[in-house]
Amino acid sequence: MAHGVPTNEKQQIQRVEMCNITKCFPGVLANDRVCFDVNQGEVHALLGENGAGKSTLMRQLYGLYRPDEGEILINGRPYTFNSPADAIEVGIGMIHQHFMLVPTMTVAENVALGLKSSREPMLDLDKVSARIRELSQLYGSIIDPSAYVWQLSVGEQQRVEIIKALYRGASLIILDEPTAVLTPQEVNDLFVTLKRMVKDGHTLIFISHKLHEVMAISNRVTVLRDGCLIGTRLTSEVTRNELVKMMVGRDVRQLNPQPLKSGPVRLEIQGLQAMGDRGTEALRGINLQIHGGEIVGLAGVSGNGQRELAECLAGVRKTNHGTILMDSVDISFMPLKQRIDSGLAYIPEERMRDGAVREFSVQENVFLHDHASPKYTHGIFLDFARMRVFASELVKNFNVKTPGLDTPIKNLSGGNIQKLIMARELSRQPKVLIAAQPTRGVDIGATEYIHQRLLQQREEGIAIFLISEDLDEICVLSDRIAVLYEGRIMGIVERNEATVEQIGLMMAGISMTEAMQR
Amino acid sequence: MNDVFQLSVVAGILTSAIRLATPYLYAAIGEAFSQRSGVVNLGVDGIMLISAYASFYIVLNTGSIWLGLLAAIVVGLLMGLLMAFISVTLKAEQGISGIGLYMFGLGLSSLLFKTTIGTVKTVTGFQPVKIPLLGDIPVVGEIFFQHSLLVYGAFLLVPLAWFVLEKTTWGLKNKSVGQNPAAADSLGVNVDRVRYVSVCIGAILAGIAGASLSISLLNLFQDNLTAGQGFIAVALVYFGGWKPVGILWGALLFSTVNAFQLWMQVLGVKIPSDVAIMLPYLLTIAALAITINRVRQPAALNKPFERGES
Repeated sequence: MAHGVPTNEKQQIQRVEMCNITKCFPGVLANDRVCFDVNQGEVHALLGENGAGKSTLMRQLYGLYRPDEGEILINGRPYTFNSPADAIEVGIGMIHQHFMLVPTMTVAENVALGLKSSREPMLDLDKVSARIRELSQLYGSIIDPSAYVWQLSVGEQQRVEIIKALYRGASLIILDEPTAVLTPQEVNDLFVTLKRMVKDGHTLIFISHKLHEVMAISNRVTVLRDGCLIGTRLTSEVTRNELVKMMVGRDVRQLNPQPLKSGPVRLEIQGLQAMGDRGTEALRGINLQIHGGEIVGLAGVSGNGQRELAECLAGVRKTNHGTILMDSVDISFMPLKQRIDSGLAYIPEERMRDGAVREFSVQENVFLHDHASPKYTHGIFLDFARMRVFASELVKNFNVKTPGLDTPIKNLSGGNIQKLIMARELSRQPKVLIAAQPTRGVDIGATEYIHQRLLQQREEGIAIFLISEDLDEICVLSDRIAVLYEGRIMGIVERNEATVEQIGLMMAGISMTEAMQR
Repeated sequence: MNDVFQLSVVAGILTSAIRLATPYLYAAIGEAFSQRSGVVNLGVDGIMLISAYASFYIVLNTGSIWLGLLAAIVVGLLMGLLMAFISVTLKAEQGISGIGLYMFGLGLSSLLFKTTIGTVKTVTGFQPVKIPLLGDIPVVGEIFFQHSLLVYGAFLLVPLAWFVLEKTTWGLKNKSVGQNPAAADSLGVNVDRVRYVSVCIGAILAGIAGASLSISLLNLFQDNLTAGQGFIAVALVYFGGWKPVGILWGALLFSTVNAFQLWMQVLGVKIPSDVAIMLPYLLTIAALAITINRVRQPAALNKPFERGES
């Protein structure tokens, strides 16, 4: 028996079929008679937008949800999974998008969790550790079993997840958006590992919304849209454009912004330093200039100071050092309200936490800041009629799909919430726009719209600072790209001056001069 | 004042301190089981009261201390099941349901006391057991080795709880459902079951804590016998950083202060008794204010778990 190959006690999964799976959540039909199958030794990609029902479908295969209707057949036999334990028993493993790890426990403890020990009721972490070393070496470099999970990098944490599944003898592994949190280099490493696993006889289901990854790794691809099956194709016989059309339901226009003659410097950051939430240094001296009519993209792996930088600029985090100039006026010590009034707009990363009030209606969310403006008040009273006119204009102009202005904003989709926040921020005709992860968790249609709006604002002479973990987005939109690593700017490059790989190297902490030579 | 520093007085204070730490240890270690799994049970004091009553009533009527202890365990278990049903199955707000449980225990024990016993009586509870050889050591023997079985049990509980929580597969499950229940669930751990068991262990230990007051330390029952010791036990869990050994030091600190103020009153030191009685509670506030920021609480503390919500 080779290491890492499913053990003999468990039957090898030859074929999994999911037939006519239907799953309803209150108000949402997440899966509507979806059929899906996967054969041993293949990589089957599951492609679709956020909310298309990919994760829901796979969570039913992993026993986290039970289908309302439909059947799951494994090697031709019907199975009912009441909990993940049942799926694990059959040899199914799942790597979740948000890692299912306990940060305050060690790698070995995380792997051993939920398993029978050889010395029940006592733990046998020594044995577990030995096997973790074996498995991790087989599929990459050794991971220290006694390390706490919070000490590991995101890429390492993902490998712990994979080891967890392999340790349980999984022969079919479901990977839910495994590349979402990785640098380009880590994605390459992951693909090497995955190919090795397939060679050893494992079967993989690869959930993604990134086309190039699907094209790179899968044998077959199944597309879901709005909970429905659109089709299954052999990857070798399908083009990217066909897949996009299947995903979105129409053609998507490729953006190709032309360079503009940039205006004067509108935002200037000098030597900015700030602390993170845990009291560690998050920003270690940021210097950056953004001109009017220019989009500067900030690339970087999450957790390198992006959030702190955006918050310092917006005025919701204290800076320790340095100055922020907007149109040559020092705003470093300006309170939040004054910054907004003098022309700063901010689209926060956590839109439901920092950008909108969940329980408030669409209209109330439009007026979170401007409700006190003389335009919308009579003395101490709010002028609801005028507010309503303005809110409905915004909703119309920005294509926000909502049942009404009084609908609680939490009932809108992520894309529509984001469009509304953007509408609100841009309605003040700002000079500078900080857009943090503006399209994260947003469907392709809304993403397209938000991108067009950003480019339109750029033409109007606004300075836009685009902070995103989506490197594709940065590369398409930005005139210049700054790379952030551990609170420092590793370098700033013009668009098309550097390849994605070179930017990826800088994201991993390699200096600009070195990265550009590779 | 010189009396206070005589050896016999110091020994007396320490002996009392060991005795008085008993209910804190049972209740707080029990609460640690519950909180490590993610459930704050603020009803500890109520469970202690009603179990203290039950065990006292049984001993008063049957004379059997073991039946009394059993009654405390059974009542504790029932109260634990109630708390678990409300907070785990019904996913109610834990703080509110805990306070409800406390009020219930306080009221019911008082009502039953008035209707079935009426006046303060005493019973013969657990008697001191002198441990051979060790108990004969001068001073040290008196302080540590001449206590009742429930007192020894409380101190033996510390290593036992540490072992269960840190060295067993169940302990790992208990910790994981309090830190990241979704992760535990995804590995097939039954989150609700682990939380039920944890809350019930906590409640049973709270029941024993109550019995340790009514049939071992005081051998009587009266209205609100615990005087809030169950709440101090909850505070001790934070103070001890959710670790049995940390709780041990905390419990000893509080019981020593308590013993000290009792002896001050006995010796007639001129401080108002109200101020003296306040001391352990003041210490609770001070200790929490100092320690609360440095300890890391279970990430899912106070959060009901529902699959698919993350």
